[in-house]
Amino acid sequence: MNGRPNGKAPYHLLSVRVENRAGVLARVAGLFARRGFNIVSLVVAPTQDERFSRISIVVDVESAPLHQVVDQLGKLINVVEISELHPDRAREAELLLATVGVSPSRAPGFVELVGRFGARVIEEAEDAAMVMAVGDTASLDEFEAGLERFGIVEIQRTGRIGLPTLSPTA
Amino acid sequence: MEVTGAQALIKSLEAQGVEVAFGLPGGAILPVYDPILDSSIRHIHVRHEQGAGHAAEGYADATGRPGVAIVTSGPGATNIVTPLADAYMDSVPLVVVAGQVAAGAIGTDAFQEVDTTGVTMGVTKHNYLVKDAAEIPRVVAEAFHIATTGRPGPVLIDFPKDVANARVDWKEPAAVDLPGYFPATDPDPGAIGRAVELIRTASRPVLYVGGGVIKSEASAALAALVEVTGIPVVTTLMARGAFPDSDPRCLGMPGMHGSYTAVTAIQRSDLLIALGARFDDRVTGMVSAFAPNALVIHVDIDPAEMGKVRRPDVALVADCRSAIEALIAALRGGEALDPARLASWMAQLAEWRARFPYTYDPGDGSTIKPQYVVEQLRDATPDDVILVSGVGQHQMWASQFWRFDHPRTWINSGGLGTMGFAVPAAMGAKVGRPDRMVWAIDGDGCFQMTAQELVTMTAERIPVKVAILNNSYLGMVRQWQHMFYRERYSSVYLSPDLPDYVGWAESMGCVGLRVTAPEEVRPAIEKANEIDDRSVVVEFRTDVAEHVYPIIPAGHSNDDIVVHPSQAQDQ
Repeated sequence: MNGRPNGKAPYHLLSVRVENRAGVLARVAGLFARRGFNIVSLVVAPTQDERFSRISIVVDVESAPLHQVVDQLGKLINVVEISELHPDRAREAELLLATVGVSPSRAPGFVELVGRFGARVIEEAEDAAMVMAVGDTASLDEFEAGLERFGIVEIQRTGRIGLPTLSPTA
Repeated sequence: MEVTGAQALIKSLEAQGVEVAFGLPGGAILPVYDPILDSSIRHIHVRHEQGAGHAAEGYADATGRPGVAIVTSGPGATNIVTPLADAYMDSVPLVVVAGQVAAGAIGTDAFQEVDTTGVTMGVTKHNYLVKDAAEIPRVVAEAFHIATTGRPGPVLIDFPKDVANARVDWKEPAAVDLPGYFPATDPDPGAIGRAVELIRTASRPVLYVGGGVIKSEASAALAALVEVTGIPVVTTLMARGAFPDSDPRCLGMPGMHGSYTAVTAIQRSDLLIALGARFDDRVTGMVSAFAPNALVIHVDIDPAEMGKVRRPDVALVADCRSAIEALIAALRGGEALDPARLASWMAQLAEWRARFPYTYDPGDGSTIKPQYVVEQLRDATPDDVILVSGVGQHQMWASQFWRFDHPRTWINSGGLGTMGFAVPAAMGAKVGRPDRMVWAIDGDGCFQMTAQELVTMTAERIPVKVAILNNSYLGMVRQWQHMFYRERYSSVYLSPDLPDYVGWAESMGCVGLRVTAPEEVRPAIEKANEIDDRSVVVEFRTDVAEHVYPIIPAGHSNDDIVVHPSQAQDQ
């Protein structure tokens, strides 16, 4: 459920608000590299306030305790705020694009698979199709596994993004 | 008022109270060197940019004020990477301005172009690439604020040539506004309360004092804490002088080459009060065996130090001085501590001290023992002399055999272990404290790395004194090859005569003295002390066979401490 199969220690999703300055991504990535922290995925984009960007980082906490990652990140001058998005108290999503080597109309079960995960076929060719899906990481893992039997040619996933839930007690 | 970007930079430095900058010009930084001629800032023209960086560190360590260095782009910037890394490790406040190729040429592999912000990102507290001359006052104000507050550290400003040449309306900077930077200052009262409970009930407590106590000017507060609690003190390599060695409650230096008493007191302690210390591997040895029965109170201004190495029982993220003062206030608010509660602990410590002092074999008088030189220097120099060292055996002997009674009298490269630190750092210390005598104790290997700054000192009339403990080897490496590589000496021999240190010193405008017999040691030091119109280099030909003791082999438990062979039967 937390993104890591086989019941291993969970990945943690950090939501990091940073000043929107040149080099800030390099500072974050460089910190992870030199402290030996493992990044599973990282998404960065500006926020509604142009002075800030938000970075969603999925951290493998087997490489270092989460508090150490958070404390070291907090020392970066351009990092304004760090929150851990616990699965029970956050909404998360991830975007998936994949090209498969079949035409949807000639591949039995393909349309059903796409429908079951709320995905869409966004481009079609004679012997290929591109699909797009949005969902939590676990359901996209499942969708990706389903796509494999049709032959995945290329795939790109964004990694997890998230925000705190509106009803944190839920 | 319209000024150039370069003028705005110099005005901004002046506004920060900068009195001295160490630097070396070159193409990209040329515009900055023109307004320096009209500035109140004394520019000290070094012979190598590494010298500028270490001099700025020595200045900062001696004065508590930020050190400033100015270098050009490309090789100028890369030459100062080592001092930046050194300052980052030892939390030294520096502001380094590096020239950069014109903004439009960045990324084109232009002449003397290096991605300086990229290269220095991992060895600075923060860095800037200035893209608009209008940003200069703000960037400089932020750089000094970041370098000097919280856990101090180096900040680099990368300064493209066209930005330096641009014309801009001079404006005083607004108040610093850094939405992501709020260094801790005052301790949490709840944590203070828990710490006080532990202090009241401990029977074998130790104050583990690190460099943060010196940075936060907390020596007087620490002395008061020791008065209130009676707790003995160890001072790390970065904290020598934070608490006086002449106080019987000072156990000396902990760690790999620390005193038996300091090391063993920590190992047997039931409460370790870490003040501005970071549980460095040179102090802890094998972490899992470090102070195994101790509860830990950890005071540090850097929250990331909490639990980085050792999980504290009480974490106090705060400026050391305010935390110590809060502890004292809380302790004084309760029942007075009975000194007798520590009587058996203090008796144990006294017994260890008597049995295992630092020692060396005085020999038969045919060779000069390096420890003897340190002792003679200690005894022949004023109480407030500033001692600077390089890295290696000589550094450990200096730390062990000196008697440090004041903060900011011991300047060395701790975390990075930068050979060649001593000569340029001594220059910076003397510039910062011209009223003090400055001695450097250096190794022959170290001296060869940065001796050219003695030329700077002669030219700039900055008189320091350098004692070279010349054992014709990279002594610490030799010691490890002796002890751990079956005496297979690989690339450690340096020759006692090559270079000719006296001739070299004289060629740099210094007085050069060579000492080859023990009875000449003291007279040579006294002669050097009398010369104050130029620098003096005294080369002591020392006994190559001397090893630094005690030693804890790397990766071992501190319980495996190896004392001097003459004490081994007592252990």
